[in-house]
Amino acid sequence: MNRTLLIYIGIIATVIISSVGLVFVPDAQLFALEPVRLESGEQRPLAPAGAIAMGREVYMDLGCIYCHSQQVRPEGFGSDLERGWGSRRSVPRDYIHDRPHLLGTMRTGPDLHNIGLRQPSEDWHYRHFYEPTLTSPGSTMPPHRFLFRRVRIEPGAQPPLDAIEMPEGYLAANEYLVPTDRARHLVAYLLNLNFSYDEPETR
Amino acid sequence: MSAQALTPHPAHFENQNELNDRAAIDASCARPVMWFLASSVVWLLVGTVLAMLASYKMHSPGFLDQWAWLTFGRVRPAHLNAVTYGWASMAGIGVVLWMQARLSRVQLAFPRVLTATAVLWNIVVAIGIGGILAGWHTSVEWIEFSLPVALALAVLFSVFALISFYTFARRQTTHVYVTQWYMFGAILWFPYLYLIANVMIHLGQARGVAQASTNWWFAHNVLGLWLTPIGVGAAYYLIPKVIGRPIHSYYLSILGFWSLALFYNWAGTHHLIGGPLPAWLVSVGIVGSMMMFIPVITVAINHHLTMRGHFHMLRTSPTLRFVVAGAMTYTAVSAQGSLMSLRSLNEVTHFTHYTIAHSHLGVYGFFTMIMFGSCYYIMPRLTGIEWSSARLIRIHFWSVLVGMALYWIGLTWGGVRQGFMLNDPAVPFLDVVRYTLPYLWSRSVAGALMTLGHVAFAVLVARMLLAWRRRHADAEWEPEPEPAARPARAEAGA
Repeated sequence: MNRTLLIYIGIIATVIISSVGLVFVPDAQLFALEPVRLESGEQRPLAPAGAIAMGREVYMDLGCIYCHSQQVRPEGFGSDLERGWGSRRSVPRDYIHDRPHLLGTMRTGPDLHNIGLRQPSEDWHYRHFYEPTLTSPGSTMPPHRFLFRRVRIEPGAQPPLDAIEMPEGYLAANEYLVPTDRARHLVAYLLNLNFSYDEPETR
Repeated sequence: MSAQALTPHPAHFENQNELNDRAAIDASCARPVMWFLASSVVWLLVGTVLAMLASYKMHSPGFLDQWAWLTFGRVRPAHLNAVTYGWASMAGIGVVLWMQARLSRVQLAFPRVLTATAVLWNIVVAIGIGGILAGWHTSVEWIEFSLPVALALAVLFSVFALISFYTFARRQTTHVYVTQWYMFGAILWFPYLYLIANVMIHLGQARGVAQASTNWWFAHNVLGLWLTPIGVGAAYYLIPKVIGRPIHSYYLSILGFWSLALFYNWAGTHHLIGGPLPAWLVSVGIVGSMMMFIPVITVAINHHLTMRGHFHMLRTSPTLRFVVAGAMTYTAVSAQGSLMSLRSLNEVTHFTHYTIAHSHLGVYGFFTMIMFGSCYYIMPRLTGIEWSSARLIRIHFWSVLVGMALYWIGLTWGGVRQGFMLNDPAVPFLDVVRYTLPYLWSRSVAGALMTLGHVAFAVLVARMLLAWRRRHADAEWEPEPEPAARPARAEAGA
């Protein structure tokens, strides 16, 4: 049956054509996107570096994307803007530095595209990671206690400078809660998730 | 479903030569295919444990929260990869190898290489799953395995694809049956998908949201161009085999195959509706999804008209029960998926548990059910040993069927309500979270039922393997046993 060659070619052609349409053309179309220059002269978005880049790695390896999206839907589609999850919808330009993308497909927890704007307090994040229901009653986020160290000090000694203020009942006397470097990086990353600047496409 | 039903009917033996050929083909498949199928069952159990952990953690987040490696964000992708690349892919490969050899009427080529491939596949997937739990993964859905693991898997996959293709190329038949189309479709498509996705994402060739469209082009095609053709192809083989009549329409099967090949490819970007992508990209995904009605309806009509008048056989054949349940679910889940791509529905269901219910209906209700049916058909033929307990088969069938139904109903209803609440800014977010809790519990109950079914199935498989081993120990293994002397084999005698 010499038509089989035709079948092979047809089968391979279908998948190649779709990869052109859904992979290569979008890549080419979006590759030329540049950061915007704000009136202050600064560029946005900034490529993550240092602690922020390391925090992004922590965000990835702990699998945050399986419950949190990073995208603000446009007005009239869902209630993202009304919920205060952003000051504008998200646009492709917001993601030009993202490798890999962390758009997410699930909202078991809220969207985080602008979490740095919504929750700018470092301490809030630390308490939330240690015990999510402390800051968000009813939350089903798993506690991330493995991102912290409990430090016990001699009575009268100097407490750790970076100790996190915790309510009664979580720590023993003379015991302090200190974030690990991973926790610090993760929080640095989250605090910098802030796309509240003006964007030409959404004006 | 009783033991008598598994006795072959003499009328089905067309001639002695053909039977001898079949016995020789089965003997060539026995080791490698049993390696793939038996390993897949182990991965099913691993995936089930991870699933139960993830499900339980969703409503009781304090459960086992002290270690990073057991946090929800790692257990969940570990579950997905264990069931996709461990269970579904290994079972699928076993089924493809055997059906391709049977339908080509040639012995399986390079059985030892394939056995080695199965062993290595297990090792690579184990490293991949361990890596995910250790935090060594990409955080990109459906391609979490890190680059070295992904490359190793791609090499093993290529070995399997080449050998399966070589077996097909040496076929002794003039006619290419529709199952073979689907199966060589799957083995031609998947290596390309896997390669492009890994290069564009792991090696960072694609930037920003182009990564997202690559991600979902790939992820949806794991279902559409890898699992679906194997599942549909296996149903096309098993339904006519078991009921003993040819497929209703050859032309419908061609239409179904090519429309799937043309349209499924394009559906992936419906996972990004409302997202920050160029509008055309999402629209293409919606069009592709709606066009999927063509292959789905075609296959549904063809399977239904083949089955017509034979539904009573569902009572007696475990293979048919599982396969028909899977084939019917395929129609339902595909129609649901097409409708979900409509912007107005997607606005509600996107980001909710509704999507999770849908994906399980696809990979479990459709694909996994057909793989169960295929195992019930293939394993006794390869080992020459009957299933040891009709009761365990019944327990397996009913607990996974009821479990899947409960799973789907709970999360679908809870997910729709969750979607409406999320879209109403007057409802505080944490109220939405609290609202979903009972539905998440219902999922854990459903999961426990499915677990029961998996354990019953695993016990059956383990007993068969032990009996097979005993037989090996007792007597020298005969590669081509006398067909007449072969013990009772299931359903249609082939």
